[in-house]
Amino acid sequence: MLSFLIIIFNQKRLQTKAHLVGLPILGTALVLALYICYSKLSGIPETLNWTTKWIGFGNVPGVGEWNLMTGIMIDNLTAIMLVVVTLISFLVHLFSSVYMKGDIRYSRYYAYLGIFTFSMLGIVIGNNLFALYIFWELVGFSSYSLISHWYEKPGPQQASKKAFIVNRVGDVGMWTGLMLVFGTFHTFNFSDIFAAIQKGLPPTFSLLGMSPEVTLTAVGVLIFCGAVGKSAQFPLHVWLPDAMEGPTPVSALIHAATMVAAGVYLVCRIFPMLTGDAMLVIAMIGGITSFIAATTALTQNDIKKVLAYSTVSQLGYMIMALGVGAFSAGFFHLTTHAMFKACLFLGSGSVIHAMHHSLHHLHDHHTDPQDMRNMGGLLKKMPITGYTFIIATLAISGIPLMSGFMSKDEILAGTTAYSSLQGGIAAVLPYVGFGVAMMTAFYMWRLVFMTFFGKPKNEKIYEHIHESPKAMVIPLIILAGLSFWIWYGANPIDPANGWFMKTWAATPVQIVPKNTAAHFGEHHATFESSKTEEHAAIKESKPEMMAQQEALEHKTHEVAGNGMIISIFMALTGIALAWFMYLKNTTLPDKIAKTFAPLYKFSLNKWYFDELYEFAFVGSFMLFARMCSWFDTNIVDGIVNGVGKSTVLVSKIGGWIDKYIVDGLVNLTAGITQLIGLAFRSVQTGKIQTYLAWTLTGVVIVFAAIAWKLL
Amino acid sequence: MTVGLNHFLVIGAVLFVLGIYAMLSRRNVIAVLMGVELILNAANINFIAFSRYGGVNINGQMAAIFVIVIAAGEAAVALAIVLNIYKNFKSVNPSEVDSLRD
Repeated sequence: MLSFLIIIFNQKRLQTKAHLVGLPILGTALVLALYICYSKLSGIPETLNWTTKWIGFGNVPGVGEWNLMTGIMIDNLTAIMLVVVTLISFLVHLFSSVYMKGDIRYSRYYAYLGIFTFSMLGIVIGNNLFALYIFWELVGFSSYSLISHWYEKPGPQQASKKAFIVNRVGDVGMWTGLMLVFGTFHTFNFSDIFAAIQKGLPPTFSLLGMSPEVTLTAVGVLIFCGAVGKSAQFPLHVWLPDAMEGPTPVSALIHAATMVAAGVYLVCRIFPMLTGDAMLVIAMIGGITSFIAATTALTQNDIKKVLAYSTVSQLGYMIMALGVGAFSAGFFHLTTHAMFKACLFLGSGSVIHAMHHSLHHLHDHHTDPQDMRNMGGLLKKMPITGYTFIIATLAISGIPLMSGFMSKDEILAGTTAYSSLQGGIAAVLPYVGFGVAMMTAFYMWRLVFMTFFGKPKNEKIYEHIHESPKAMVIPLIILAGLSFWIWYGANPIDPANGWFMKTWAATPVQIVPKNTAAHFGEHHATFESSKTEEHAAIKESKPEMMAQQEALEHKTHEVAGNGMIISIFMALTGIALAWFMYLKNTTLPDKIAKTFAPLYKFSLNKWYFDELYEFAFVGSFMLFARMCSWFDTNIVDGIVNGVGKSTVLVSKIGGWIDKYIVDGLVNLTAGITQLIGLAFRSVQTGKIQTYLAWTLTGVVIVFAAIAWKLL
Repeated sequence: MTVGLNHFLVIGAVLFVLGIYAMLSRRNVIAVLMGVELILNAANINFIAFSRYGGVNINGQMAAIFVIVIAAGEAAVALAIVLNIYKNFKSVNPSEVDSLRD
C-alpha cells in the first residue's frame, strides 16, 4: 500500500500535466494517509515494519557479510506526519492552481511540488537513517528548485543558493554522525541501532579517542546538525527568511509546514538515543533560535519575512521542547504549527495575490505588494482571508481554545519542569520561552493590525482589493478549522490528557546508558526512589530512565497550571501591546524605534547575522578564493605560460633551423640541380645541327683523348 | 710524284670535312642530306683506298658497294622525311624545326 504511494508520486513526477494531475493524486494520497493514520491510531498498537534487501554488498572487508537494507516503518509518529504532509500538500496544490495561474513554468512548479511531497513522505516512512538521508537531500533539492522558481530575478537565485549551501553545512554534521553510528553498529535501521545501544556500547564506539558515552553525545549532536540546517536553527537559520523569495504557496508548504518540520521529525526519530548532554545542547540551541528569531520578527515590514521569522522562532520552540524531553509537546507543536502556519502563509499569499492584482490594475510596478506598510483595513475587503488569518494568529499566539495554546503551553510547562530539575544554564530556558511567547503574540498581532485593521495606507490600492477565488479560500478555511482545539483533545485547557499527547504521540523510552542520561533525581527531592535506584547502581538502565522521564512528566503536570496562566497573560500582554502601538497610538512605534534606535536597527537587520556571515565566512571564502585565483593566475598560469612560452621558443628555434638549415640544404640541392639544368638547357635547342655539332665535338674530344694517350 | 695511299686519305678527309661543314651550315635540309652523301662517299674512298693499298682482298670494295646501296635507301627515306617535314612545317630550314626540344 505504501509502495503504491511512492509509485504514484513517481508517476506524478514524470507527467507534468499541472494541477489536473497533481490534485487527484494527492487527494488519493491524502485519503490513503488518513486511512493509515486511522487504522494505526485506532487499531494496530505495534509498529509496522517491513524491510527488504536493497543492495547486497556481499562480503565487505572489516564488516563481514552485509546487505544494505531498506524498508518502511509506520508508527504513530509516521502516521501523523503522513496526514500532515499530504493534507497541507493537497491544500497547497489547490491554492497554487489559482495563485500560480499564468505562470510560465506552471507545470514545472507542480512537478517540483510533487517530488517534494514524494521525498517528504519518503523521509517519514523510511525505517532507517540511510533512506532518511537520501530523501533528506531530495527534499533539500526540491526546496532549492522551488525557491529559485523565478530564477530570472536575482533575489530567488541568491536565496536558493543560500538555502542549499547552508543546508549542506548541516548535512555534513549529520552525515558524520550517521557514519559513526554505522561504523559501530553496521546498520542504519532505527530499531536495530536502538537495540544495539541498549545492549551496551562497545568500546570501539569512539570518535577521536573519546569515551563511548561522550561519543554517543557527539553523535546525537552531529545528527542534530542536520536538523539545525533543515529546521533553520541558530546558527544556520539565515536561509529560511531569504527562502521567502519563492512563491508563497511554496513558502507555506516547505518553509512553514513540512520541510522545516523534517528536522524536528529527525530529532523525534533519534530521540531515544540522545544523551543528557546532547539534549541540553539541543534545548539551548532551540531556545537561542526562538529568542533571536522572535526579536527579529518584531521589526520586519515584509509580511512574509515576519511569518518566516515567526516560523524560525516556533521551530526553535519545538527543538527546545524535544531538548528538554517534552517529546509529545514538541511533536504536538509540530503538528499544530504546521496547520496554523500553513494557514497564515496561505493567507498572506492570498493578501499578496490581491495586492498584486490591485497594483497590476493600477500599473504600479514599484510598490512592494508584500510590504505591510502599504496595506491596512483589508478585513472588509477580504473577509474570509481576514478571519481565517485572525483564527490562525490566535492559535499561534496561544489563546485558549486554540490548538497553538495547547501545544505551546505543554512546551512551556515541560521547559519549566526541566529547568527546575536540571538547574544550571537550563534555568534561562523558561524565561526565554515565556518571553518569546509574548513577543510572538506581539509581532503576530502587529502583522494582523497592520494588514487587516486600521485605515488603509493607500486608498488607490485599497479600492482594487478583492477577495481571492474559491480555490484559495477553501484551504484557508480548512486550515483555520484545524487550528481549533477539538482535533487534538477534548479538553482545551488540559492538553496533556488529550488524545493527541496521551496516546498518539507518547514519549518513547530513552535507551541511552544511565550515566549519560540527564540527572534529574539529584535536583529534586520528591524523587528519592529514582535517586536510590541510581545509587543502587542497577545495571539495567531502562527502569531508571523511565523513572527520570516520569519525574519530568510529573513535574510538568505540577507546573502546567501556573505556566498556563503565565502564558495566557503573556499572550494577552503581547496582543494588548500590539493593539496599543499599531491601532490606538500609531505614532508610538516610531517614537520607540527612535528612542531605542540601536536596538531597533539591530533587530531590523536580523541581528546582523547576514553581515556577520558575510564577514566571517563569505568574506574569508572570497579572500581564500581570491588567493587561490591569484595563485592560479600568477603561479599555475605562470608555469603553464612559461611552459607554453618555452615551447614557443623551442619551436621557433626549430623553425629557424628547419627554415634555414634543412630547407637550405634542400634548396641548395635543388638550386644546384637547377643550375646544372639551366646550363644544359641551352644545349637542348632541338636543332639537329646543333646536336650534330656537339656530337662532333664529343667525337673529336674522344679521338683527341685516345690520340693523346697513344702518344 | 706517285699517287699513294696518303693522297686518297687526304681527299677522303677533305670530303668528310666538307660533308660535316655542309651538314652544319646549310639552311636547307636537302643540302644537309647532300652533306651526308659527301661523308658517305668520303668513307667509300677510304674503304677503296685501304682495299687497294692494304691487303689483297676485296672486302673494302664490297663494303663500298654496300654503303652505296645503303646510301640510296637512306636518300629515299630521307627525302620522304624531308617531304613530310615540309608538309608539317612549311619549311625545309633545319634550325626552324626544333620540336625535338623539350
